Amino acid sequence: MGNVIGIGASPKRKEDQRFLTGRGNYVSDIKRPGMTAGVFVRSPHGHAILRGIDKAAALASPGIIAVLTGEDVAADKLGSLPCGWGISDAKGVPMKEPPFPMLAQGKVRFVGDMVAFVIAETPEQADAAAELLTIDYEVLPSVVGVLEAVRPGAPQLFDDVPNNICCDWELGDKAAVETAFRKAAHVAKLSLVNNRLIGNPMEPRAAIAEYEPGTDRFTLWTTSQFPHVVRFLMGALVLNIPQHKLRVVAPDVGGGFGVKQFHYGEEAVITWAAKRVKRPIKWVASRSEGYVSDRHGRDHVTEAELALDEHGKFLAFRVNTLANMGGYLSTFGPNIPTNLYGPLLGGVYTTPAIYCNVKVVFTNTVPVDAYRGAGRPEATFVLERIVDVAASEMGIDRVEIRRRNMIPKEAYPYQTPVLVQYDSGDPMGCLDGALVAADVKGFGIRKAASASKGKFRGLGYSTYVEACGLAPSRFAGRLGARGGLYESATVRVHPTGQVTVMIGTHNHGQGHETTFAQIVSEKLGVSFENVDIVFGDTDRVQFGMGTYGSRSLVVGGAALSKATDKVIAKGKKIAAHLLEAAEVDIQFEAGNFSVAGTDRIKSFEDIAGAAYVPHNYPLEVLEPGLEEQAYYDPVNFTYPGGCHIAEVEVDPETGTVTLVNYTAVDDVGTVINPMIVEGQLHGGIVQGVGQALFENAVYDEGSGQLLSGSLMDYCMPRADHMPMMKISTHSTLCTHTPMGVKGCGEVGTIGSPAAVINAVVDALSHLGVTHVDMPATPNRIWRLLQNASLPVAAE
Amino acid sequence: MQISFTLNGRPTTVDVEPATLVTELLREQLNLTGTHIGCDTSQCGACVVHLNGLPVKSCTLLAPALDGATLLTIEGLQGAPGSNQMHPMQEAFREHHGLQCGFCTPGMLMTAVALATGKPDLTEAEVRHGLEGNICRCTGYQNIVVSVMAGAAAMNAAKGE
Repeated sequence: MGNVIGIGASPKRKEDQRFLTGRGNYVSDIKRPGMTAGVFVRSPHGHAILRGIDKAAALASPGIIAVLTGEDVAADKLGSLPCGWGISDAKGVPMKEPPFPMLAQGKVRFVGDMVAFVIAETPEQADAAAELLTIDYEVLPSVVGVLEAVRPGAPQLFDDVPNNICCDWELGDKAAVETAFRKAAHVAKLSLVNNRLIGNPMEPRAAIAEYEPGTDRFTLWTTSQFPHVVRFLMGALVLNIPQHKLRVVAPDVGGGFGVKQFHYGEEAVITWAAKRVKRPIKWVASRSEGYVSDRHGRDHVTEAELALDEHGKFLAFRVNTLANMGGYLSTFGPNIPTNLYGPLLGGVYTTPAIYCNVKVVFTNTVPVDAYRGAGRPEATFVLERIVDVAASEMGIDRVEIRRRNMIPKEAYPYQTPVLVQYDSGDPMGCLDGALVAADVKGFGIRKAASASKGKFRGLGYSTYVEACGLAPSRFAGRLGARGGLYESATVRVHPTGQVTVMIGTHNHGQGHETTFAQIVSEKLGVSFENVDIVFGDTDRVQFGMGTYGSRSLVVGGAALSKATDKVIAKGKKIAAHLLEAAEVDIQFEAGNFSVAGTDRIKSFEDIAGAAYVPHNYPLEVLEPGLEEQAYYDPVNFTYPGGCHIAEVEVDPETGTVTLVNYTAVDDVGTVINPMIVEGQLHGGIVQGVGQALFENAVYDEGSGQLLSGSLMDYCMPRADHMPMMKISTHSTLCTHTPMGVKGCGEVGTIGSPAAVINAVVDALSHLGVTHVDMPATPNRIWRLLQNASLPVAAE
Repeated sequence: MQISFTLNGRPTTVDVEPATLVTELLREQLNLTGTHIGCDTSQCGACVVHLNGLPVKSCTLLAPALDGATLLTIEGLQGAPGSNQMHPMQEAFREHHGLQCGFCTPGMLMTAVALATGKPDLTEAEVRHGLEGNICRCTGYQNIVVSVMAGAAAMNAAKGE
C-alpha cells in the first residue's frame, strides 16, 4: 500500500519541484509555431466620445498583420461581455445592465478601456504600429468617486442609467431596525471609506489564442482561475463558438486573488482575432497595463449606525453604502457589494435586526469586482470598527462588549436576520485563545515601554465570521446568480493502481496538487506519490467552476470525496465477485478489500487490475474500468471565522505605523494540510494588512487618471513590513461538508484590516482620535496628529 | 551584435539587438523562462539573476552588458555540481513552504542565495531587509524568511564540510 499521506499531515508540496527549478509553465512562457504578437490600445481618457479611428498609417507599418476595433466587433455581431449576476432593487426592478463591448463602441468609460487590438510579427512592431493609430476622442468630464457620481449634475456614463446608479439594493427588515433605534439607550455612528485596491498577483495577465482551420477548433491559453467558465461565457455568450470547438487552458497561474476569476475582453478579442488572422497570437500585459485593466477591488463609502441598550447589547444595525462598480459591470461585479456584503453584517453577534442599503454606482474607473475576501472584508470592517466605537463611547471594554453580544457555541446552528444560517462556530473560544496567544495581559507593560521611547502603542481586535465555499446553487440562484456553483471531480484509477484526478477547481498557489492527493491517498489507501491532480484544461477536465470564494477544498474537495467513494463502492462489487462473497460483506480498509471476519483479501491494485483485465469479472452486472465522476453542490455556505489581534506602534514624529505583533486564532474546520493552511493564513493576513496600512488606488477626479498607476505609486507590503505572525486554529467542524472543512483562502484578508485599524485608533485614542481611514499611511497619521495635537496642547 | 558570456556554467555566444533586455534574451531567445517579468518599474524582483556573482534585476540590464561576464539563472542553480540535487536554498524553500504560486520564486531564490552567501547566521531583520526588492503576494513573506534563514545555515554548513 506504500506511502499513505492523509488528512492532517503536512507533506512537502508536489507542485514545488517545477517552481523551485524555474520549470513552471505560465502562459507567458508558452510559444506556438508562427506566433504573432498582439497589443491592446487603451483609452488615455477617463470619459470620451470615440469619434473615429484612422488605421491607415498603422496598417502600412512594418510587420503589421491586422488592426481591429469596435467597428469590426459590431460588424461581426459579437456579444457583450456578460455579467454573471443579476441583482434587483427592493421592488424587484432589475439592475441597469448596459452593454460592455470587448472593444469600445461610441464611447470610452475609463482610462484603460480598450479601443483597438494591433497584431504584428513582433511585440515591438505591434507597439510601433499602435503608436501610428490616430484616434479622435471628444473628451468629457470624468467622475471617479461614488459620492460625486450620484450628485445632481454629475457626468453621466450611460444615457439610460440616471444618476449613474446601477441598482439601489437592500436587505433586511427596515421597519424593525427603525423601531429598535427608537428604543436604543445609545446609538454609535461611523462614516468610513473602504479603500480601493488593486489585486496585484505577481504574474501579469496574459493570453495566447490559436485557431486550427482543419478542425475549426480554437485554443485559448489564459491566466484564469476558471477556464471552464471562460469557455462558457466567451464561447456561448460572446463569440458564438460551440463549446466542443473551444479549448481553454489555464496552465500554471502566478497568483489570482480574484483578479483572474473574470472573463476579460482581452480573452474574447484575442480568440476572435486568431481566426481572422489564421495565426496564433500572444498578448502579455505589463504591470502598468494591468493597473488600468485588471478589475479593482473594494471602494465603498459607508455610513453605519449601531443601536445598543444600556448594557451594550446590540439592538439593531443600519448600514448605507455607496459601492463603486467602475465603468461597466464585470463578471461578478454587482454581486460583491450586495450578496457577499449585506449577509455578513451580523458578524459573530446576536444583533436581532439589521438593515443594509447599497447603491451600486457606475464611475469612470476600471470595473470593480471580487478581490480576495470580496464583500466580506468590507462588511467585517464596518462592523468591527463600529463595535469599537460603541465600546469607547459607552465606556465598555472592547473585549467585554464583544462577549456580551457573541453567539454562544451552543446556539449553533444560528439563523441571522440577514439570510444566512451559520452551521457551526465558537467565536468565544477563538477570542479566548487569541487573548492568551497575543499575551494581552502583558500589553500594558509593552505600551509603557513604547511610551518611554516616545511611541504610541495600540491593540486592536477583530472577531469575525465569513461566508464562503461558494456556493449552494439554489440559494445563489435566488440571489441572482445566472450560473451554478457546484464542482466536479473525476477519479481515474489506472490498471496499475495509480490515480489521476481531474478536477474543475484551479490551483494557482493554494497547493491543491498536494491537498487533494492527500484526500485520495487517505481514502483509497494509495501512495501519496501515486496520485496526480489535473486541472486547468477544458479538454482534460470534464467541467468545473474554478477557484474563488474559498471554494476549492469545500466544494471541489467534496466532489473529489464523493467520486472517491464511488470508486470504493465499485471496487467492493468487483471484490465481492473475486472473493466469492456477498457485496455487503466486503470491507474496504487501508487500501484492501476483504471479506468481513475472514482472511480473504484483495489489494486495491488487484481490484484495479481486474477492472481493466476482466477475465474473472462480473461483466453481466458491471462495466469494466475503474473511473468515477461526481458533481457536488453544497447545501449551505461554510462559515470560517476567528479572532485576530493586531498590535501596532505609532511614531508621532513621522506618523509611521509599525505592526509589531499579530495573532490569529481561526476556525477553518477540518485542516487537511496544516502547513498549507498556515501559509494561506499568512498570505491572507498580509493582504489585509496591505489594505489597512499601505495600499490605495487613487484616481484624479475630473480627468479620471489613475494616479497610483505602477508599483512605484501603489505600495505593496514587503518582507520588512511584517513581524512574525502567530497563527493557530480553533476548529469546529462544518456540519454539511463531507470532511468538515470550511475553507481558509480568504479568512486572513477578511479578519485583518479591522484588527489593524482598531489597533491604530487605540494607539491614538488618548488624543481624541476615534477613526482612521485606510490606508493608515504615515502622511495620513501625521496630518491627523497635527490636527489632534492642537486641542490637546491647548488644554 | 555578437556577445559571448558564461551562462549557467556553459560558454554561450549569441547575436542580439543592442537594445535587448537580458530578460528578453533569456526568455525569448534562449528559452530560459524561469526568469520572470512581474513589473515594468524594477520593483518586483521576479527577474533577479546573478551577474558575476552579484544579484541584479535582469529587466533593467541590456544584453550587451553580458559580454565577457558570468551569468547564473534559476535554471543553473543546483546543489553540488553534477549531483542532480537542488541547491540548499531551493530545498529550504520546499521544506518550509516558502512558495505558493511560484511566480516570484526564482527571483526570490536568486536574491536569497546572494544574501546568504558567506552568512550562516543571518538574522530575521537582515533577511527581511535583504528581501526588500522582491515582492511576493502569496506567502505574506513569513515562510520565505524562515526558508532563507534555514537555507543560509544549510548553504554555509555544506561549504564548511
